[in-house]
Amino acid sequence: MTKKSLNEASNVGKLGFSFRRHLHEKFIEFILFLSATLSIAIMLAIIAMLLKESWVFFQQVSLWDFLTDTQWTPLFDDAHYGILPLVSGTVVSSLIALLVALPLGTIIAVYLSEFAPFTVREMAKPFLELLGGVPTVVYGYFALLFVTPLLQIIFPELPGFSLLSAGLVMGIMIIPYVSSMTEDAMRAVPMNLREGSYAMGATRFQTAIRVVMPAAFSGIAAAYILGISRAVGETMVVAIAAGMQPNLTWNPMEPAATITAYIVQVSLGDLPHGSIGYQTIFAAGLTLLILTLIFNIIGHVLRKKYREIY
Amino acid sequence: MQTAREENSISIKYKSEVKNLNFYYGAFHALKNIDMALHDKKITALIGPSGCGKSTFLRCFNRMHDLYPGNRYDGQIILHPDDVNILEQNVDPIEVRMRISMVFQKPNPFPKSIYENVAYGLRVRGIKQRAILDERVELALRNSALWDEVKDRQNDLAFNLSGGQQQRLCIARALATEPEILLFDEPTSALDPIATASIEELITDLKNKVTILIVTHNMQQAARVSDYTAYMYLGELIEFGVTDTIFIKPKNKQTEDYITGRFG
Repeated sequence: MTKKSLNEASNVGKLGFSFRRHLHEKFIEFILFLSATLSIAIMLAIIAMLLKESWVFFQQVSLWDFLTDTQWTPLFDDAHYGILPLVSGTVVSSLIALLVALPLGTIIAVYLSEFAPFTVREMAKPFLELLGGVPTVVYGYFALLFVTPLLQIIFPELPGFSLLSAGLVMGIMIIPYVSSMTEDAMRAVPMNLREGSYAMGATRFQTAIRVVMPAAFSGIAAAYILGISRAVGETMVVAIAAGMQPNLTWNPMEPAATITAYIVQVSLGDLPHGSIGYQTIFAAGLTLLILTLIFNIIGHVLRKKYREIY
Repeated sequence: MQTAREENSISIKYKSEVKNLNFYYGAFHALKNIDMALHDKKITALIGPSGCGKSTFLRCFNRMHDLYPGNRYDGQIILHPDDVNILEQNVDPIEVRMRISMVFQKPNPFPKSIYENVAYGLRVRGIKQRAILDERVELALRNSALWDEVKDRQNDLAFNLSGGQQQRLCIARALATEPEILLFDEPTSALDPIATASIEELITDLKNKVTILIVTHNMQQAARVSDYTAYMYLGELIEFGVTDTIFIKPKNKQTEDYITGRFG
């Protein structure tokens, strides 16, 4: 008697198709599917918008001029639409940032993961994460008002705006991302691999460099790629500290605009919607998207090729 | 004169002597007053129920406990012929590990090629000459019965090997540096019966070259491969002697209960 009522209450016992359970399952599946689709849909919408607006731009400016012209002066009477000056500013500032962030981030990660005593690690991690939580606009003014004057002591000819100062501070800003992800990847390497190395008479340093880092390679590669993407896409620091003048240069001591800084500049200005000057930001945005996409694809390929197998 | 010769003969017979060894994980007293000896070029097995301290004891021999904070040794493990207590604070654990190698429970090849896995211990010692590395790697792979299977693909990743091959690779890695003592921590517990048989055969073959200490859960394995057996329980060494005696006529009631399967 009790058994029968229990079965009735919980819908157990009938061997057959349960419409209610089926519906429930389908509903959950649908919600999950929707969430997954949403992110892809937003991504596609962004690409579609960029392509559509860029199309308008490329009706008036040839792709060849866009890629080869060495001047970017869309707002001048004698307008030139060469993306190269913006790309050079982006590449130089990113390279400086990565020269700071990748080595320092890696060294910090190796120290925290393999050398630091437990208490030091527990104290250092929140501080590093705090560094990542500082608003980028604060970093921008830190570069402009603190780092640039400091650099001017060493290089008296350094102008008030420079790629060097912006790049250095951007690098400091990215360190926590690189170090945190690299450390996570290294800590995920199983202890028995480390013990195997120690048991062969290896030192801590040899173990970290020869065993732990190769084992964590795919995670470290992912950390680096994220760092690169952040450097290329960073806006506020370069907009504030590197100047807004498009300038085709590979010299970090000069002021120059990056793609992102240019987009901010135009977005904040009062250019009429639909004018060619306004359309330029979509072409610039598309270029930026393609740049970061290339890095993400490289990262994906590296991750697949060197997947962790313990 | 007489006693001097006698002591000398003892040091030749024993590769290592453990004297009144105590070990603590923080406040936990894991090994209690252990006295025993490793006979030179013989296989000694450590048996006992889970948690009895046999792996803890094994890991004292290569100072593995130094890697974690809060561990403390007390007592002596004398390594002959140097007659040095390897637990002494002024003895560098890295020096100890260069002479006493270890093979782990789960095969743990490094994310490197087969060749580089075996060459690892040599490279760590600063050996760079290709000719020496080639020679040592081949010898180690031959001694671990892996040469014929991998000689044509030494540059393949070690992960592509089967579980049994990986474990033999780990043995080759440990052998490449010509250790004086080889420690095995349940080397076959992650392997199938066929791979287990080949590892056991290999361990028996290695006896002529190196002194072996092996921890095993499997009493048949201890009976098959070892010359001497030690039975441990709750951190204490209950009985130690020639394997045949321990298995056929144990002196201690506890040992007998464990071996006959009435307990453990």
